[in-house]
This record gives sequence, C-alpha cells and structure tokens, in this order.
Amino acid sequence: MKADEVLDCVGLYCPMPIARTAQKMKELEKGQVLEIVADDPGIKEDMPAWCKKTGNELISMEEREGEIHIMVRKGN
Amino acid sequence: MDQEKATIVLFSGDMDRALAAFNIAVAAASLGMEVEVFFTFWGLGLLSSRPYRLKVGSPLQRMLSLLSPGTPRKARLSRLNMAGLGKLAMTILMKKFRMPSLEETMETAKSMGVKFVACTTTMALMGLEEKDLPAADSFAGAASYVARASESKLNLFI
Repeated sequence: MKADEVLDCVGLYCPMPIARTAQKMKELEKGQVLEIVADDPGIKEDMPAWCKKTGNELISMEEREGEIHIMVRKGN
Repeated sequence: MDQEKATIVLFSGDMDRALAAFNIAVAAASLGMEVEVFFTFWGLGLLSSRPYRLKVGSPLQRMLSLLSPGTPRKARLSRLNMAGLGKLAMTILMKKFRMPSLEETMETAKSMGVKFVACTTTMALMGLEEKDLPAADSFAGAASYVARASESKLNLFI
C-alpha cells in the first residue's frame, strides 16, 4: 500500500505526533491515506485512540528498525 | 453533534505543571475537542509577555508582583527548583531531547484553537489589568468557568 502523504514525526514526543497528525489530516480528502513515521513508543497506544475518537481508520502499524510506521485512512 | 469540550483550570504557574496542562490541552485539541484553559492565581503570570512589576496598587500587591515569576520563560519547577539550578537542568534535558519549551507548547495550543481565559477576581486581587496579560483571549469569572465545566467531558485542576 502506498500512502498519499507521509508525515515524519521522528524525534517528536507526545503529544506532538498526534497534534501534527491532526493538523495534517485537515489537508487530506476523505479516503486518502496518511503514513505517519514516529519513534516515540507512546504512539502505539495514542494513534489507535486518536483514530477511534476522530473517526479515522487505522489500517496498519509496524515497527521497523526502531521506527513505527502507521497508515491511517481519512474518515469523515 | 456539538463539539466535545475540555476545560482546564491552571492554578499553578510552575513550569512542569503548566507543561502537563498544555500538553493535555494540545492532545485534547488534536482529538477534536474545544479546549479552554482558565488561568487563576499563580497561573495568571503565564499570560504576560514580560514580568509585570506593578507601579500602582497597594504595597502588598507590588510585593507580590515582585516575587511572582511572571512570563512562561521565567516559570519555576514545582519541585527541585533549587534557586533555578533544577530548572536549568530540566531545560537542558528538554533541549537535548528536542522537547518543546513551555512557551512553544503554549503557542502550539493557541494555534490549535485552545482558548486562554484569565480569572478577573484573582486579577483584581493581584492588581493586574487586562493590558498586563496580552496572551489572554478573554476575561471571566467563576460562573462562566462552572457553566463551561458542567458541559465539559474533561475537566482538570492543575
């Protein structure tokens, strides 16, 4: 799967990756996919919580070499 | 559906407590909530851009203004401040980990639509005027806070 946009949050701590994601999502159209790359482990719990609360769809989350790659599809 | 609301009372003017408050405010705004921070007592100083040194008011008010840190940059740590040494250590650590400062976190909160409200009663008590607190979006009393908090899903006192 290829994302429409990639958001680099490596080096950022909570709550900035979520804050950046929320801001970036506003620029996307419904159905588009954003890939978030982060290294703060808190994101593994925070992103699913954010998606659930905001009506966006968490497609996948995987950890590669200390970086967490998350795919989120924009909902309503 | 109405937007969910979050309300935070910021009583403290300490750097660490305020950081926790504004991090929560930023997170709540990210989750789509309408967030209001109600500044009272020692929290009021965080709304000033330079340390306020009252030239008017009673001697007691002037003494208080001299002892209050004022401005986010001058805020102290709630514990282990050690006349600024502890704060210096914390600031160096935060820089090393590239964590945003209190001022930057407050700016982020503002840019995400978090509203800053100053408590008019404590302002009167401390001899502060609206012009002393340029970062405030509005000025209100306890009734408007209670009205607002009663509609909020998240309400904190820090």
